[in-house]
Amino acid sequence: MDIVIWSRIQFAMTAAYHWLFVPLTLGLALVMAVMETLYVVKKDDFWKKTAKFWMKLFAVNFAVGIATGIILEFEFGTNWSNYSWFVGDMFGAPLAIEGILAFFMEATFFAVMFFGWEKVSKKFHLASTWLTGIGATISAYWILVANGWMQNPVGTTFNPDTVRSEMASATAFWEVISNPVAVSKFFHSVTSGWLTGGIFTVGVSCWYLLKGREKRFAKSSIIVGGLVGLLGCGCVMLTGDASGVHAAEFQPMKLAAAEGLEDGGRGAAFTIVPGIRVPKMLSFLATHDFNGYVPGINDILRGYTDNDGNVVPSVAEKMRMGRTALDALAEYRSLRESDPAAAAAARAVLEQNVQYMGYGHLEKPEDVIPPVGVVFWAFRLMVGIGMLMALALLLTLFFAWKDRIASKRWLLWAAIWCIPLVYICGQCGWIVAEVGRQPWTIQGLLPVNVAISSLSAGAVRTTFFVFLAVFALFLAIEIRIMLGAIRKGPEVEPENA
Amino acid sequence: MTYAFLQNYWWCLIALLGGLLVALMFVQGANLHLGNRTLSDLQKRMILNSTGRKWELTFTTLVTFGGAFFASFPLFYSTSFGGAYWVWVLLLLTFVFQAVSYEFQNKKGNLLGVKGFRIALMVNGILAPFLVGTAVGTFFTGSDFTVNKVAITDPSSPVISTWGNGWHGLEALANYHAVLLGCTLMFLTAILGALYVLNNVDDETIHSRMRRSIKMEIPLFLAFFLVWTVILLVRPGYAVSDAGVVSLEKFKYLHNLLQMPAVLVMLLAGVVLVLTGIWKGAFTQSRKGFWFAAPGTVLVVMAVFFLAGFNGTAYYPSCTDLQSSLTIRNSSSSFFTLKVMSWVSLLIPFVVAYIAYAWHAMDRRKITSDEISETSDKY
Repeated sequence: MDIVIWSRIQFAMTAAYHWLFVPLTLGLALVMAVMETLYVVKKDDFWKKTAKFWMKLFAVNFAVGIATGIILEFEFGTNWSNYSWFVGDMFGAPLAIEGILAFFMEATFFAVMFFGWEKVSKKFHLASTWLTGIGATISAYWILVANGWMQNPVGTTFNPDTVRSEMASATAFWEVISNPVAVSKFFHSVTSGWLTGGIFTVGVSCWYLLKGREKRFAKSSIIVGGLVGLLGCGCVMLTGDASGVHAAEFQPMKLAAAEGLEDGGRGAAFTIVPGIRVPKMLSFLATHDFNGYVPGINDILRGYTDNDGNVVPSVAEKMRMGRTALDALAEYRSLRESDPAAAAAARAVLEQNVQYMGYGHLEKPEDVIPPVGVVFWAFRLMVGIGMLMALALLLTLFFAWKDRIASKRWLLWAAIWCIPLVYICGQCGWIVAEVGRQPWTIQGLLPVNVAISSLSAGAVRTTFFVFLAVFALFLAIEIRIMLGAIRKGPEVEPENA
Repeated sequence: MTYAFLQNYWWCLIALLGGLLVALMFVQGANLHLGNRTLSDLQKRMILNSTGRKWELTFTTLVTFGGAFFASFPLFYSTSFGGAYWVWVLLLLTFVFQAVSYEFQNKKGNLLGVKGFRIALMVNGILAPFLVGTAVGTFFTGSDFTVNKVAITDPSSPVISTWGNGWHGLEALANYHAVLLGCTLMFLTAILGALYVLNNVDDETIHSRMRRSIKMEIPLFLAFFLVWTVILLVRPGYAVSDAGVVSLEKFKYLHNLLQMPAVLVMLLAGVVLVLTGIWKGAFTQSRKGFWFAAPGTVLVVMAVFFLAGFNGTAYYPSCTDLQSSLTIRNSSSSFFTLKVMSWVSLLIPFVVAYIAYAWHAMDRRKITSDEISETSDKY
């Protein structure tokens, strides 16, 4: 396999692995902040001990999240050298702001939250717990601004003198940070974290009820976790709808792949699973109009006319224009000192075709099709599991509220099984978003095959296996420590322990 | 605000973050004592918990230093990270293990045992300052790379920045001048670590051990630092003309120092502060040496970055293709990006203020053996 494939596999593994830890961080942060607030308001030590138990699990998970986050930052440079030059002007800024605004907040207040119980006042401690979670959430915003820009590159223009995408004006930054793709991604990802945290809290609590242990702790945690999870679940569904509309608008190939839609058209049907279709539903979901036009994979390859009447050229035509842009760029750079007039002409040609420059790097039109089967099934799993989660949360909350949950053993078991399911759901979401946009690191501008570093495939393969071993080790340790801590219990009710 | 002003301003911020990073690597230095056989397990655990309240600050500073470098000078990020691959991967791995070592080491089921994670912290304690120092050392010696922006139009070899040799950064380990800076940093952070523990932990035995280790490290630190500095001042450097043409100039860094008196003053003031801190730690009963040596370190590192980048100097030179060398002018982000980020940077004092407040609140009472043996809020 070549360098491009190994670089992709390595990055995919790191990002997906990182995304195992982030949702729980975001969700548990909210759960334990609510619990500690109850402690401060109600002055009941029970809530302090309850919050502290979830914090213990939070800390184990947080550590691996940090350890893997830094790998992603480094890999942008080490494995994607061209990418980091080409996008650095845009991409670096959110990353730096993330560091200055969010990471220091997380790091500083995490230490106060974890060690400060006896050292700072109750209120300062409570503020620290909230700020740890808020810091994590702000951090998610900035990294998704960067990611959203890769999916929908707004606010930048290509500068042939520096050979990169540059911020077009000072106001363009507002376009970048209010990019609709970034905003909906932020809410979708963060609230999916709340769903994960809620399901985790409920599932672990249900295990105690199955064992007949820690009853008050478990029921109280189910209520808090269930509400956080349900709130997250509702927001995830709403923002998921927005994501669909954005994909239709900015990344029609991703939508076509997620739907397995070979030939689209007006009034397109939604495929629930192969063979079961809802007429006109896809058009409605993608355009909020039952007769809206949704292009399929073949339409995109052949070219089509979109809902606003714009003619979208075929991929072959885009490739031709892209190649023209690249040739004009090379010509401009070779002539800009010796022959300014000819250079200006080359630059004009470049600017006419620059919109499709990335297509000039492709070998054949079919290169623009992401792995359809993977994206198609990941999307269905994500939505299906999401709905199951909503049902499970509603039921556990209802019976916990009625104080009858301890006798519903089937539900307790189901809640425990929801924990692995919610992780599968989150990973599927990542696959839809990131595999679905292949082959682009930046939509339409920079495909993966030119985003790489000048390394041997062997070097990247070596580090891939090193990271694989490290990740496996960390996951095994994290699970063992967490299970041990759960088995030991929160020690809220010593007589039951 | 002109473009050049913003580029200089961001080089100052990179220098400041670099200085803070090195000073905060007291965490790495202090962790070397986890292998000190003259300390009891409880005493080691006190040190572990003392650095354990601060390690995330160091880590976050590293991440922000990387992020800010990426944002303000992306050509450095793409050239150095993608080129000197193995150095950065090695550094990364030591920090990855550090990030979990605190949380995991005293938990049941951690597979590697207390010892395994302590070794990981000590490996990080040696390699992190050494590799960072060696990498910064190449700012003066140069590296083997070329930058060709038209390459991106060529599908068969599209990469703009390419490294000239298959060692991908490891060759710096054979470059004695760069290695000297690595060793300097290693001993400096070890001393800073001892000064920090002396300040932060209440235990007589630990105090005497720290003072003893500082005494042992002084000659080595001074020797490496002096030799590195003397060679720096006599070696040729990479000068950039106003038109952006790079050439070798004899005694370039000595010229920089003399032509930028403010930097000379910074460097001297920093050195005096570091030495005062060390003297207080090693030869007096004071426990406040850290508060002299750490700010002194920030000043010295900033002065080193200024010598590398200002006064018409290429800060990341290519020794094989001079005109590929990176300068503050040719490697930075665009005017608008630097401008937007400069507005954001006005929040830095606010960030520093809350960090200082939290640090003060947490350290009002020093770490004692009672705290470690009795509370559950610990690593």
